[in-house]
Amino acid sequence: MGGFSYAAPGSVDEVVTLLGEHARAGRRAQVLAGGTDLLVQMRGVDRTPRTIVDIKGVAETGTLRLDGAEIFIGAAIPSAVLNDHAELAALFPGLLESADLIGSTQIQGRASLGGNLCNASPAGDTIPALIATGARTVIAGPAGRRELPVEDFVVGVGRNALAAGEFLVGLKLARPAPGTADAYLRFTPRTEMDIAVAGCGVSVTLDTNGVCTAARIGIGAVAPRALLVPAAGQALVGTRIDDAALAAAGAACSAAASPITDKRGTADYRRTIIAVLCRRAAATARDRARGAGA
Amino acid sequence: MNKIQIETAINGEVVEFLCEPQQSLLEVLRETLGRTGTKEGCATGDCGACSVLMDGRLVCACLVLAAETGGHAITTIEGIATDAGLHPIQQKFLEHAALQCGICTPGLIVATKALLEKHPEPDETTIRYWLAGNLCRCTGYDKIIRAVQDAARELAHPA
Repeated sequence: MGGFSYAAPGSVDEVVTLLGEHARAGRRAQVLAGGTDLLVQMRGVDRTPRTIVDIKGVAETGTLRLDGAEIFIGAAIPSAVLNDHAELAALFPGLLESADLIGSTQIQGRASLGGNLCNASPAGDTIPALIATGARTVIAGPAGRRELPVEDFVVGVGRNALAAGEFLVGLKLARPAPGTADAYLRFTPRTEMDIAVAGCGVSVTLDTNGVCTAARIGIGAVAPRALLVPAAGQALVGTRIDDAALAAAGAACSAAASPITDKRGTADYRRTIIAVLCRRAAATARDRARGAGA
Repeated sequence: MNKIQIETAINGEVVEFLCEPQQSLLEVLRETLGRTGTKEGCATGDCGACSVLMDGRLVCACLVLAAETGGHAITTIEGIATDAGLHPIQQKFLEHAALQCGICTPGLIVATKALLEKHPEPDETTIRYWLAGNLCRCTGYDKIIRAVQDAARELAHPA
């Protein structure tokens, strides 16, 4: 099969230039990070020739920056590297829980947060977890850089907000305020090597009295794309995240869901279980936040 | 066809090869370089038969482009034994009969090596989760787990 080529640019500008040239010439280019989705798709559902643009040679895509008020996670860092990072795990235990659920040890040796996000599967585990943390995408393109909240980055099944010539450089996350913690929980029939039937990411901030002052809740695999559920977060704010608040947040998640029925579960089942996952993940986040300075 | 010239280190030896842009490391190992110890099971990253180490990290060779390996260090099953003999992990797989058809075995041994370097004395749960990406359709896994536990004991506390 002819027509494939491979390029490994060394800078953000070179990637943008290369993507732009392909877009103008009507030739296909696709960005490669860990490749755990891309290579499978190239051998299966989508064999058309293209230029593979490997972004791992761009230093920024492999950069993890934890000093300062804003944390930066390069788009192409393998999840195994993130999962081994004790300081990152202390800041965002829920986000790393979601990354650690994806695939085998081998897959995690390559797969990245950026790739999981750009692949835009409705069931991508890191997406609701990233939404909960309030993460923003850093996008580079012909017009320079722009940022987009993760909840606006995925626009449909397998579709993201990147325009021609743009690529995802990394993710920005605000350093969690004191008393903040996150959690991610999904349901799968097996304990490992499976794809979410439903998943829920929660981040909560508690004041020194244990009252919730901020909460963000993301849901996955229950709609064409992962969603931020503002009403679910609002149900926790002003409470001590007691059972009544948890039930209200769970109900808000069920109401926001528009699931399909497939081999992994029925729509009714998903709508029911997303409330359970929300309640449990929020309780875990609350308990962690109590230990994080609240 | 625009072939790419790559220089990489395989089992400590500098190796040069030509590859096509879309070819996997697994294809090049087996078909270009004749190193058939690394097995192809699914070629979609699900079975772990093609497990190799890339810069010390466990990956599926079917999900790495050969073109990406320039300047990196690859360890395959052929790099596990030494001139002195089998690696203790290989020896324990034999002693515990932790294989039948053998197709998954190279990947399991490479994955076990990576496990024991990171967790020298893993408990059974750690072993089972770490090896969850290595499918074996013969053994039922118990003999594999016992071989890994025994290898861990021997490596951590040599007789």
